[in-house]
Amino acid sequence: MSLEEYKGVAIFAQQVDNKLSSIAFELIGKAHELAADLGTEVTAVVLGSGIANLADELGEYGADKVVVIDNKELETYRTEPYAQALAAYINEYKPEIMLVGATAIGRDLGPTVSARVATGLTADCTSLEIGDFPLVAREGQEQKHNQLLMTRPAFGGNTIATIACPDNRPQMATVRPGVMQKLEKVAGRKAEVINFNPEIKPNNRFVEILNVVKNVATTVDIMDAKILVSGGRGVGSPENFKLLDDLAEVLGGTVSCSRAVVDAGWKPKDLQVGQTGKTVRPNVYFAIGISGAIQHTAGMEESDIIIAINKDETAPIFDVADYGIVGDLNKILPALTEALKAELAAK
Amino acid sequence: MNIVVCIKQVPDTKGGVKFNPDGTLDRASMLAIMNPDDKAGLEAALRLKDETGAKVTVVTMGLPKADDMLREALAMGADEAVLITDRRLGGADTWATSSTIAAGLKKLDYDLIITGRQAIDGDTAQVGPQIAEHLGLPVISYAEKIQVEGNNVIVQRQYEDRYHEIKAQMPCLITALAELNEPRYMTPGGIFDAFDKEVTVWGRDDLTDLDDANIGLAGSPTKIAKASDKVRKGAGEKVALDPKESVDYIVGKLKEKHVI
Repeated sequence: MSLEEYKGVAIFAQQVDNKLSSIAFELIGKAHELAADLGTEVTAVVLGSGIANLADELGEYGADKVVVIDNKELETYRTEPYAQALAAYINEYKPEIMLVGATAIGRDLGPTVSARVATGLTADCTSLEIGDFPLVAREGQEQKHNQLLMTRPAFGGNTIATIACPDNRPQMATVRPGVMQKLEKVAGRKAEVINFNPEIKPNNRFVEILNVVKNVATTVDIMDAKILVSGGRGVGSPENFKLLDDLAEVLGGTVSCSRAVVDAGWKPKDLQVGQTGKTVRPNVYFAIGISGAIQHTAGMEESDIIIAINKDETAPIFDVADYGIVGDLNKILPALTEALKAELAAK
Repeated sequence: MNIVVCIKQVPDTKGGVKFNPDGTLDRASMLAIMNPDDKAGLEAALRLKDETGAKVTVVTMGLPKADDMLREALAMGADEAVLITDRRLGGADTWATSSTIAAGLKKLDYDLIITGRQAIDGDTAQVGPQIAEHLGLPVISYAEKIQVEGNNVIVQRQYEDRYHEIKAQMPCLITALAELNEPRYMTPGGIFDAFDKEVTVWGRDDLTDLDDANIGLAGSPTKIAKASDKVRKGAGEKVALDPKESVDYIVGKLKEKHVI
């Protein structure tokens, strides 16, 4: 493998039901920074069936090039045809970096493709940058420059590791959704569009999808919310979430919750913040009656402002909160909602 | 039917986390348990054994002390256990780990391979799909329900907002979610028998279909540049006020930060 042949930063632009996932735009945003450091460009690779129209949107969000692989076999995600297509893209276009979202699709596609093209893969990254490997020059070991340094939490968020892939290309990472910033959409911004038609061959590894069953859709994705009012076991009952609903409503926010609340059956899993739920970074995160185990804080500590209300003054949530209030949520929340109503009405 | 379940002994993340000087995990000094997703995979296999009389073999790659975990699996009802252990295999990333385990699996008969979705130490979710890749098998990740019908498996495959019901031809590989089931306990008789059973131990030289270029730290494409305990964001202000003052405090901060 001649490493110099590999150039450019590529991202897998995930689409589901012919609609691009938010992670596609997040990856373009990060890829732009990396490409600027490397003096190269960003290619978005989109796979599906009848998806030519998605190229424009990828261009508007900042892709320099869009490679479209449009094939009937790619209509609904299945590991093997998608792996064949993405591996064919890598072998043909040789990107030096290939980013994939750490979604339920990406965490299946990424490992399959990285093994197929015989390179490394770093899972569920939360930070990516260009730098040297080893970080500090060591006697007797070549220090390589312009390497992708991939940082990720492990051990349920207890540790952080930075990983490089110095001798194989592409350098591949899956990237945690909700962490990287999208660029502003620029209407009319155009990417160069390339239609690529690799052969996709049915084999023993093709599976059959018998049924697609969608969960009952909730109206709002907590990952898009600017203000989250999040409740934990300390809220006490599903009925008592009314207090949080009221506060969220007056602020134009959304209610989310901790794992304990999902496990108790009070709220559906798609509202869960944390290691096994979603990573969120709203402008304001209210942690109401949430003790703040590391599995929870791993999913919300990047929020701009964290306000915690908890009656236990030793709760670990206070270690990450910008503003911590030791007190009874049942007394504070209704009064807070009323006070905010009055403030906003006065404006 | 032959089912092979890949299981991993992992440090209980509730305990402390330690590193070797080279940045790899010092697994030897931590408390060890069977990885939860793997245990659900084992339970799924044992239920298929209860229904169909399948033979269940558990395989692990790890330190010699993983023998404890294999005996736990035998006590739960597994028929055979294989331990792949060799110092030359240490420090492996997911590429080297999956290459090694795949070489071990080639020595066994299998119709169905089950792995956990991910281990609670590495959290990568990569080894299962990569084993399937090395063996040329269909892979179905994130299984929340598994049924066997003739020569096929029917799996409920989880996504964020939906699931797919997928039919795949055996042999194939499935990665199991902890939500799949509630694993059974070891039985007293099972525990008694487990300690009489033979655990097969394979070293590197027993894995003939495996290139030295693909094993251990040296055979790992990904290298750790740095590893450390997480530096947590510092605590901000903490106040204990009466409810009215608390409200004024929060409203004041929201104004100061131009939220309202």
